[in-house]
Amino acid sequence: MENEFIIETIDMKKVYGEGEGQVIALDGVSIKIRRGEFVAIIGPSGSGKSTLMNILACLDRPTEGKYILDGEDVSKYTRKELALIRSQKLGFVFQSYNLLPRVSAQQQVILPIIYRRENRIGIRERKEQALEVLENVGLADRVDHLPNELSGGQQQRVAIARALINNPLLILADEPTGNLDSRSSKEILELLHSLHDQGKTIVIVTHDHNIALHTQRIIMIRDGKVYSDKENDLSVVQGAEVEPPIAKAEEASVL
Amino acid sequence: MNLGEVFKSAWKSLLTNKLRSLLTMLGVIIGVAAVIVMIAVSAGTEATISDSINALGTNLLFISASISRAGPGGGPLNSRGGLTYNDVTAIREQIKGVAGVSVEQEASETLKYGNTTLSSVSIVGTTPDYTTVRNVSVGSGRWFTADEQTRSVKVVILGSVIAKELFGTADPIGETIIASNTQLAVIGVLAPKGLAGGTDFDKQIYTPISVVFKKFTPSMFGRIMGDRVRTIFVSVDTNADMSHVSQQITILLAKRHNVSLTSLDFTVQTQEDIISTQESTTSSFRTLLAWVAGVSLIVGGIGIMNIMLVSVTERTREIGLRQAVGATPGDIRVQFLTEALMLSLIGGLIGVLGGVGGSEMFGQLSSMRTVIMPYSIVLSFSSAALIGIFFGYIPANKAAQLDPIVALRHE
Repeated sequence: MENEFIIETIDMKKVYGEGEGQVIALDGVSIKIRRGEFVAIIGPSGSGKSTLMNILACLDRPTEGKYILDGEDVSKYTRKELALIRSQKLGFVFQSYNLLPRVSAQQQVILPIIYRRENRIGIRERKEQALEVLENVGLADRVDHLPNELSGGQQQRVAIARALINNPLLILADEPTGNLDSRSSKEILELLHSLHDQGKTIVIVTHDHNIALHTQRIIMIRDGKVYSDKENDLSVVQGAEVEPPIAKAEEASVL
Repeated sequence: MNLGEVFKSAWKSLLTNKLRSLLTMLGVIIGVAAVIVMIAVSAGTEATISDSINALGTNLLFISASISRAGPGGGPLNSRGGLTYNDVTAIREQIKGVAGVSVEQEASETLKYGNTTLSSVSIVGTTPDYTTVRNVSVGSGRWFTADEQTRSVKVVILGSVIAKELFGTADPIGETIIASNTQLAVIGVLAPKGLAGGTDFDKQIYTPISVVFKKFTPSMFGRIMGDRVRTIFVSVDTNADMSHVSQQITILLAKRHNVSLTSLDFTVQTQEDIISTQESTTSSFRTLLAWVAGVSLIVGGIGIMNIMLVSVTERTREIGLRQAVGATPGDIRVQFLTEALMLSLIGGLIGVLGGVGGSEMFGQLSSMRTVIMPYSIVLSFSSAALIGIFFGYIPANKAAQLDPIVALRHE
C-alpha cells in the first residue's frame, strides 16, 4: 500500500536531561511530507532543526509524540530496528560528505548494499548498480578514485550516489552545500533538483535561506516549534535576490 | 553482511595499518610460540628421562645408602651409613625372586694399548650380574665370572667405542691393555648400547669390582671406606612381586646393619618411585612454564584490546556512517570482533610456525631434546582465538554502543 505521506509527525517532543537542567529541543512538532516533495527545513542554530533532522533520520527517537514514516510508527523502535529502517527507507547526505578514507568511489557507493537485509545481490551486480548510480550523479569517469583525489563537489556527488543506491523512500540532506564553494553548491542543488524530477522525495536541512529557496516548500523551525510552513513558488523565487527572513530573525534574536 | 564480507572487510582494515597490526600480533605470536616451545622442551625432557629409566633395565630396585646417617652417633658403629659388598652377597643368597644383583664402583684412569692412549676413561667395577641388571649384552668374548670376581682376576670388558679407539678393526680379545699401572686382559667387548640414564655404556670399560677396590680406588677416603658401595641394583624376577622383594631386602639389610625399620640407613626404591619423583619434578616445571606462557598470551590479548580501543576511537566517524547507512549495533560489534579475532588468529598462526620452528632449532642447537606435541599446537592456537574474542569484545562493544549522532559529529 502506498502511503500519501512519507513523513508524518504528531505533536513530537524531544527533551534532553531532567529536572532543572532540562532542555526542550522540540516542543510539539507536527509536520506532514508527501511523496515526491522537495522540502527545506530551516532554522537558526539552537532552533531544534538538528534534533528534528536526527529524529526524521531515525538516528534518534522522540521523547513524546509520534513519528510515522511511510505508515509505520517508528517512534518506539529499538536501535536495531531503526538501523533496519535506515537501511531500507532512508538515504543520507552530510555536510562533510563522510566518505571512508582510502576507499574508491564505487566501494563507497556499495557500502549501504552490504548492510541490506533484503534484496541481497552478488558482487558483480553491486558493482553494476554502483556504476549506474555514479553515472546518474555525473561521476562515471571517477569510479575508481579515492576521496582525496576528488574535489569537494565530486565527493558530495559520491555521497549522494551512496544515498541513492538502496533506492530509498526519502533522501535527507544535512547542510549538503555547507562545505562547498558557490559553484559546486549550485551543481549539487541542480543534481538534487534532477533527482526530485526523477520522483525522489528530498528533505534538506539548512540554516542558509538561499539554499532553502531552491526547494518547493520551506518549514521554518524556531524554539523547537514549527514557526512557518510555506509553499515556495520556485518560478518566482529562483535566481531572485530576496532578503532571507531567517537572517532577520537571527538579527532580532541577537539584539 | 555475510561472513565472507565481514572477513574481507576486517582483512582490508588490518592491511591499512600493516605495521601496527603486526606489532599488535607480536604479543600473541610470542605467547603462542612460547607455549609450543615450552611444551616441546618439557616433553623432550620427560622423554629423555623415561628413555633412560627404561634403558636401566626393567624390574629394577635401587638400594642407596643414606650418607647423612653415616659417622659416629649416626647409628650403631658397624653401620656407618654404607652399603657393603657383603650386603650384595647376602641379598643374592638370602632373598627369593632376585634375578641378579649388581653394584658399581667407578674410577677414572688413563688407558694405554701400544701407542694409543686414552685419558679419563671410566672404569666400572661391578659384579657378574651386571649384564642382567643393566640390560647390556656382550657383543664378542664373554663377561667375567663369579670366580674371577672372587679372585680379583684382572680381566676387562670394553665398551664398543673404547674398543674401536684402542684397537681399530683388530680383535681386542686376548690382548692386554694398561690402565694406570695395572695390566688388564681383554676378555670381551660390549654390543653397542649408547646413551642411557645419562651414561654412555660404550665409552666405559668393565672389570670385577674387587679389582677396582684393590687397584683403582682413587683416594684415601675411598681406601678407608673400603668395600663400601653407594648403590646396589637388584633385578627382580619377572614373575616375582616387586613390593614383596623390596620388603624382604629392607628387613634383611636392617638386620645386617642393626638398625630399626623406622630409622633405616638406606632406601629401597623401585623404578616407579624414581619415575614418579621425576614426574613430579617435570610437572612442577611444566606448570611454571604454562603460567609463563599463559601470562604472555594474556599480555598479547591486552595488546590487542588496547589497539582495538584506539582503532574504535580513530574510526568513530566511520562507525557513525556505517550505522547511518544501515549497520545495526550487532553488525558493528561483529566487525570489530572479527578484526580482533583475525589479529589473534594470524598472530596464532605465525606463533605456531614460530613455535614449531623454534622448538626444532632449540633441539638442534642445544643439548636439550624437544618433542613437539600436537596438543600444544591445538591448545595454543585455540587459546589465541579465545583471547582474541575475549579481549576484542570490550572494544567491539564500545563501538557498537556508539550513538550514531555523536559518532557522525566526531572530529
